[in-house]
Amino acid sequence: MQIYLPIANLPVNVFLVLGMGLAVGFLSGMFGVGGGFLMTPLLIFVGISPAVVVASVSPQIAASLFSGFLAHWRRGTIDIVLGAMLLIGGTTGALIGVWLFTLLRAVDQLDLIIALSYVTLLSVVGVLMITEGLRAINRARHGERADLRRPGSHTWIHRLPLKMRFKRSRIYVSVIPVWVIGWIIGFLGAVLGVGGGFMLVPMLIYLLRVPTMTVIGTSMLLTLVTMVTATVMHAAADHLVDAPLALILMIGGVIGAQFGVRAGQNMRSEYLRLLLGVLVMLVGMRFALDLVIKPDDLYSIRHVRGG
Amino acid sequence: MMRRFAYMYMLLLLLIACGARPAAAERLVVSLSNHRVQVTSNFVGEDLVLFGSVEPDNKQSTLRSSYDLVVTVTGPRETFRTRRKGRVLGIWVNANSREFVHVPSYLAILSNRPVTAITNEETRLRLQIGLDNFLLPQRIGPDIADTVRNDPYRVAFVRLKSDQGLYRESAKAVTFLTPTVFRVAIPLPAAAPTGSYAIDVKLFAGGALVARTNSALEVIKTGFEQYVADAAADYGLLYGIATAIMALFIGWFASVIFRRD
Repeated sequence: MQIYLPIANLPVNVFLVLGMGLAVGFLSGMFGVGGGFLMTPLLIFVGISPAVVVASVSPQIAASLFSGFLAHWRRGTIDIVLGAMLLIGGTTGALIGVWLFTLLRAVDQLDLIIALSYVTLLSVVGVLMITEGLRAINRARHGERADLRRPGSHTWIHRLPLKMRFKRSRIYVSVIPVWVIGWIIGFLGAVLGVGGGFMLVPMLIYLLRVPTMTVIGTSMLLTLVTMVTATVMHAAADHLVDAPLALILMIGGVIGAQFGVRAGQNMRSEYLRLLLGVLVMLVGMRFALDLVIKPDDLYSIRHVRGG
Repeated sequence: MMRRFAYMYMLLLLLIACGARPAAAERLVVSLSNHRVQVTSNFVGEDLVLFGSVEPDNKQSTLRSSYDLVVTVTGPRETFRTRRKGRVLGIWVNANSREFVHVPSYLAILSNRPVTAITNEETRLRLQIGLDNFLLPQRIGPDIADTVRNDPYRVAFVRLKSDQGLYRESAKAVTFLTPTVFRVAIPLPAAAPTGSYAIDVKLFAGGALVARTNSALEVIKTGFEQYVADAAADYGLLYGIATAIMALFIGWFASVIFRRD
């Protein structure tokens, strides 16, 4: 069944998009991430213009994050104060990200920047995840206990001024790195159409020593708000949010996530991380290939304006 | 004195006009199957049919034995940028671009036989018959002009538009049912842009243009699609807020129906 997307201006098969939503939702439920880093490339490969994809994926990520957020809210595993501090950086980052997005689109380099950023980001994150996953599997095989971060081990980040106590997470840390992390995630989210959970969670754990109990819920608070901000901003500034597309993706996504969560519970977490790392790597490599291999068609057309 | 001159001049013009009218003079009568094409959520393109006949212009004139017909359909004019990728530091990026200013977003040149067989090159150029002869002005420095036919950007632009089904030249789209009654199939692909389309019908006999008429059609988004597209374009902020609320609602709904704790 074909449906005509009013903003992307092309017909797509509903079941194809729904299926993609289900598949990505499944993976996002399994790994506990928003799934934007998979959804955006998939939609671009289907043939929807990258600009429309990035703008339309934001509300879809927001939907899947909100259902996760509510679950964490009920369990009380969200550090509101830390979340608010991250948000100060996050919303600023998202605003600047949307502004840069509009600018890059005007000079015809948006697609390139999206592709390049994906390659860099996904390769780095993928490699980190794979090595970390392999190490964890190795440890588990030798029966060692995971290398728990000692609370006393401080880095330069902990010597920064403007310290603040985050009671729920039981950390005492400067707000500067909190703002910076929030800013980076908000910025990347707006430019790349990713929630950024897959980067934010490791950052919060390794840089700020946020305990695992509050890290997922708190990261969801930030990514949820940046994705909502990005949706509104993209709609207001670029008029590129395709709501019907987002709706189909959302429906597929939330259903898929339910099965994904169940599948994830039956798997060992270190294998999950390794698998996620491999997946991230593969998507990154696909982007890299597109950039390096001589394209079949050197030419492309972009609609500039009516009249 | 001046007035007499003017009268005489007008009389002369009238005489020339009457005298110059050939014995065979024809006019075109055309009718389109659908003047308003509605783009709905299941729009996958549509084939329009233009019927028409060649009629004698007045009672005295006679019709010739065979005619040729060229129909040019042009969609709303828009500006496009054709970009060419080049290798920069080992990766392929959009390196150069040319802007095609105010060119049709849709262009179909339909005829009953190859346009090269219908009329000579000079006429084809003058009447912009054939994709090669259609004016596609580019912005080149401060000037806006069409380039040579084999300009790589022009070729690429026409090819990409043809791949999308938006530019086409067909020597089979016009069928003469009788020597004077014809049928034209106008294919509108799903990607046909919305707006008004001009249809220019030219009748040829013996290589010369003998009659010409116009028609028009409109492609409009209707119902939900129109509503969404309008809202996104005109009320971006509200549209964004509504989309965000929809996202939150779906998320909340999912967490309610799939609640496990």
